[in-house]
Amino acid sequence: MRKRQKRAAPGPLEYLRRWPLQAWLVMVSVFLYAPLLTLMAFSFNDSKRNIVWKGFTLNYYEQVLHDQSLLTAFGNSLTIAAICTLVSVILGAMTALLLWRFRFSGKTVLDGAMALPIVVPEICMGVAMLVFFAKVMPWPSGLPWPLNLGAIIISHISFSFPFVAVVVRARMASFNRELEEAAKDLGAGEWMTIRDVIIPHMQPSLIAGALLAFTLSLDDFVITFFTSGPDTVTFPVKVYSMVRFSVTPEVNAASTLLIVLTVILTALALRFQGTDAVAGGHAPDPKA
Amino acid sequence: MSAPQTAAKAPAKTIISFENITKRYGKVVAVDNVSLTIEEGEFFSLLGPSGCGKTTLLRMLAGFETPTEGRILIDGQDVSEIPPNKRPVNMVFQSYAVFPHMTVAQNVAYGLKVDGIGAKECAERVEEALALVKLEGYGPRKPDQLSGGQRQRVALARALVKRPRVLLLDEPLSALDAKLREQMRSELTQLQDKVGITFIMVTHDQDEALAMACRCAVMNRGLLQQVATPSDLYEFPNSRFVADFIGQVNLFEGQLVVDEPDHAVIDSAEVGVPIYLDHGVTGATGSTVWAAIRPEKIEIYKRIDGAEMIKMEDAPQGHNVVAGTITHLAYLGSETVFDVTLMTGHSVKVVRSNLTRWDQEDFSWDEPVWLSWHACSPAMLTA
Repeated sequence: MRKRQKRAAPGPLEYLRRWPLQAWLVMVSVFLYAPLLTLMAFSFNDSKRNIVWKGFTLNYYEQVLHDQSLLTAFGNSLTIAAICTLVSVILGAMTALLLWRFRFSGKTVLDGAMALPIVVPEICMGVAMLVFFAKVMPWPSGLPWPLNLGAIIISHISFSFPFVAVVVRARMASFNRELEEAAKDLGAGEWMTIRDVIIPHMQPSLIAGALLAFTLSLDDFVITFFTSGPDTVTFPVKVYSMVRFSVTPEVNAASTLLIVLTVILTALALRFQGTDAVAGGHAPDPKA
Repeated sequence: MSAPQTAAKAPAKTIISFENITKRYGKVVAVDNVSLTIEEGEFFSLLGPSGCGKTTLLRMLAGFETPTEGRILIDGQDVSEIPPNKRPVNMVFQSYAVFPHMTVAQNVAYGLKVDGIGAKECAERVEEALALVKLEGYGPRKPDQLSGGQRQRVALARALVKRPRVLLLDEPLSALDAKLREQMRSELTQLQDKVGITFIMVTHDQDEALAMACRCAVMNRGLLQQVATPSDLYEFPNSRFVADFIGQVNLFEGQLVVDEPDHAVIDSAEVGVPIYLDHGVTGATGSTVWAAIRPEKIEIYKRIDGAEMIKMEDAPQGHNVVAGTITHLAYLGSETVFDVTLMTGHSVKVVRSNLTRWDQEDFSWDEPVWLSWHACSPAMLTA
C-alpha cells in the first residue's frame, strides 16, 4: 500500500504540468536569457581577453565611466533616441488617425507605403539614406551638438514612425465610433473630441509605440552606420569599432549598462501606465 | 375605417418636423421621402425591422448624417447646417458610449464642462441627474465597475443633464437582459413623465414600442408606413406590413363582394366561407383585399365530427364560423397557441388565454374544432 497519495494526473488543459512543455519552457528561457546573462557575467571578469574567468572586478565599469568617446557615443544615442521617439510618436499617431478616420483617394497606397520602411531590408535603407544625404539633401557638417545628429535623427524617424503608426492603428480598430459621436453630441468640437476621447483610447498604444521607437533607435546599427560621420558616433557604432580590435570586458560592461537602462525605462513606462499598457486596455479591473 | 382617437394630452406643439426627408447612400435609398411631425412632450417611437431607415432618421436628427433631400426643423428652425455639437438634442447610444477613462461623475459632467458651466453649478446638476436615474453615490466609480443597466443609466444622466429639447434613444433596451428590460421600460416612461422632455426612441422590438410610446411610426424599407398610437397600430393597421409586424396576425386574401354602409363581405378562398364585417369599408367592390384577424380575437370550440360535410347550422353562433382541425399546439403558460388547419388547407393561428388551471386540457392535437370571431374583429386591408 502506498503511504502517500500520488499527485493527481494533470488535467486536459494543464499542459504546464507535462514534461514536454516544461522542457520547452526551459529551452525558451535558455535561448532568451543565457546570452544576456553571459554578457553580464563577463563584464565583471578580471581578464583582458574575456575568454576565461579570472576573478571578479568592477574595473571595467570604472573604465567605461571614464571613456570619454564611449560616453559621448552613449549621450548621442540617448539624444537621438529621445528626439526620434518624440517625433515618431506624434507623426505615427497622426498617420494612424488619418488612415483610420478618413476616406481619401490613394489611401490604400499610403497604407501599403507605410509598411515599406518596416519590410525593406535595413541595409537597403542604410544605403538609401547615404545616397539621400550625399546627393539630395546634404546635411551640413560642423554644426554644434545636437544639430550635427540631424541626419541620423531623420533617418531614425523614417524607419521608426511606421511602427508607431501600425501599433496605434491596430489599437484604433477597437475604438467604438459611438464614443466619438457621444462627445460631439454632448457639445465637443473636433479637437476636444480628439483630446478627450480619442487620445485616451490611444494611450496604451502611444506608450507601446514610444517604447518600440526608442529601442529601435537606440540599438540601430546598420542605418546609423551609413549616416554617421566621424564626429557623430552612436553607441552601437562605437561598440562595433571597439569589437573590431578585441572583445574586452569593457564592451560587456557598457552593454550591461545599456541593458539595465532599457529594462528600467521599460519597467517605469509600464508601471506608469498601470496594467493597461500590458493588456491593451482589456485587463480586468483589480478593484472590480 | 373609424379609429378611436385617444385623447391628446396638453395643447400639442410641434417640436420636430421632418419635411420630405430622403437619404441615399449611392443608389441605396435608406430613407424615402419621409414627412413626420413630433409634438412637444411626446414619447415617440420609430419602429421597424433592421435596415428600415429608422436609425438613419434618428442620426439625421442628431446631426451625424445629412439628408440628401428635405429638411429637418427643430422648434421651427432648420437645423440642416447645424453640426451635432450645436443641436439642442442629446442621444443615448445603443452601446451607451460611456467614456471608459472617466468616472461616472466626469462622464455626466462632460457635456456641462464643454459648455463652460461653473464647477459649482456643474456639481449640483450632476448630483441631480444621478439622482434622477437612481445612481446616487456612484459618482466616483469607473464605468467598468458598473453593470450594463447602470451604464445605461449613466448614459441617460449624461444626456439629460444637458436639459435637451429632445432626447434621442437608439435601441436603448436591446443590450439588457429580459427582466431588466421590463423594468427599464416602465422606468423610462416614468422618467420621461418626470422630466417632461420629448423622447424619441428607435427600436425594432414592437412590444417595447407598444409598451412605452405615446405614438409610433412604423417604417419599412425607408418608407413611413403608419404613424399612430400603439392601440391604433395594433387594432387598425393600414397595411399588411404593419398588421404583420405589430404582433401576430392571420391574413386572408379575398375579394370584396358586398360593400354596404352597415356591413361588408369578403369572399376568401383561403377561409372557404365569406367573411362578414359589421361595418362599411372603403374599397372598390370586386377588388382584392385582405382580412386581418388577430389570433386572440378568434374563439375556439369543440366540434363533434359526425357528418362528413360540415353544415354551417352546426356552428356555435352567428357569422364568421369556420371548421378546422388542430395540427399543432404550444402551451405557453398564460396562453395556449393553436395552429388550426381549415378545410381549405389554410392554417390559422389562434391564441386562447388559460383562464383556469384546467383550460389547457380542453383541446388536444388533431381535434376537430370550430373557429369563430366577432364580425367587428377583422380589419380589412387594401395594401
